[in-house]
Amino acid sequence: MEIEACLRKDYITNLVREGKRLDGRRFDEYRNIEIEKNYVGEKACGSALVRLGETKVLVGVSLNVGEPYPDAPEEGVMTVSAELRPMASPSFEAGPPGEEAIEVARVVDRGIRESGAIEMEKLFIEEGKVWIVFVDIHVLDQGGNMIDASGIASIAALLNTRIPRYEDGQIIRGEWSGKLPISCVPVPCTSVKIGDSILIDPCLDEEYAMDARLTVATTDTINAMQKGGQGALKEDEILSAIDLSFDKGNEIRKLIQGP
Amino acid sequence: MAKEDIELIKNGRRLDGRKFDELREIKIEVGVLSRAMGSAYIEWGKNKVIAAVYGPRELHPKYLRDPRRALLRCIYNLAPFSVEDRKRPGPDRRSVEISKVSSDALSSVVMLEKYPNTVIDIFIEILQADAGTRCAGLNAASVALADAGIPMRDIVSSCAAGKVNGEIVLDLMKEEDNLGECDLPVAIIPRKKEVVLLQMDGKMTREEFKKAYELAVDGAMRVYKIQKEALISSVNDVIIEE
Repeated sequence: MEIEACLRKDYITNLVREGKRLDGRRFDEYRNIEIEKNYVGEKACGSALVRLGETKVLVGVSLNVGEPYPDAPEEGVMTVSAELRPMASPSFEAGPPGEEAIEVARVVDRGIRESGAIEMEKLFIEEGKVWIVFVDIHVLDQGGNMIDASGIASIAALLNTRIPRYEDGQIIRGEWSGKLPISCVPVPCTSVKIGDSILIDPCLDEEYAMDARLTVATTDTINAMQKGGQGALKEDEILSAIDLSFDKGNEIRKLIQGP
Repeated sequence: MAKEDIELIKNGRRLDGRKFDELREIKIEVGVLSRAMGSAYIEWGKNKVIAAVYGPRELHPKYLRDPRRALLRCIYNLAPFSVEDRKRPGPDRRSVEISKVSSDALSSVVMLEKYPNTVIDIFIEILQADAGTRCAGLNAASVALADAGIPMRDIVSSCAAGKVNGEIVLDLMKEEDNLGECDLPVAIIPRKKEVVLLQMDGKMTREEFKKAYELAVDGAMRVYKIQKEALISSVNDVIIEE
């Protein structure tokens, strides 16, 4: 049992009722975001490390040649996986991905896939052969809001991804034929409900104290949403989370794209 | 991905002749299994789903026990023969995610605090799938919980809306789910109209979302009526028999 978290829940809920947060942020304020592209740049096709407050997520992108899906024979394939490494939290265990990891991966996946961020039709090589894009999310330090940190790191890594040279049916590792074509930058923004308030970018303690959360991934439209937690949300709370996500998404997008 | 060239809507009607705000036919049967504490069967269009409840019962492994409340554990499983291309048996990433969001949704209505240290297991079996299975599963699961006599604040009612050929429509069928632009499953607590499950993928503006959301909630309210009728008639049957 998370006894400390349980004890802190009341404290955090009372703070929020007074309009305050544990770390002094406004309700619509993200923690500091640092994005380091090409963090592991020698072997991986693309990578990015994101620090969101205390949360650290590293994403690596690998490209391989493989078969397309039968229903889209001329398009590339993308898969997103997430590993919550045991070093990141005392409650994470080694072994195959659990439901929390799967949720992170699938919510990030939906934002990227549904926005059409990767131009899949440009990843066609020849009949029966396309590029497969593996996006691997490694959560290294769980300080709360893994979904946003993972989503930001994933699209930053994809923007940093190069396509290996491919000649005579062989991938030539270490040589590149160009950049991975990316058409837009989807950004997931997560809000939580604590008491009657909606707060963006929960830290770990706020995550334990929350009643419910809502992630909204946006480009110029909404591309993915996911409600989490055991509490319920009202319509106006959902709509204000959407508005916040569009606003903050725009700011974070600029940060991801860089100067 | 949107493929606008396929005509899913003709003259204001959908492939199966439904209007934009029309549900598929829904039938619910209560108490369909003999061993489970509670169970329910739902037919929703071509979807066929059974839900069963076991518990509150002893929870293993022990470290999962919560001295403040019961653990509600929902397992969503797609039968291999429920879809055209056989699904490999066992949990995949999609079913693990659906199990998680369904557990969360049901946890918000069940009075878990009455049964500390125990588990309430809910099994959702999709026997035949035709889009909207997570909603169908949740609707059956809440009826099964009521059938099991487990105290709840309300039941959970669920329905999806989406965007098909640019139109916001209720309760997507398989073709619309595959080829449409957006899917938005929603589950609510009908009495308070609060949301306990919400997922979305595709492309929608804020205005389109609002319209789809309101349509989905309206659909869920209609499902709620059907759930209630099924429960009431199951109790009536017992009274008449006696």
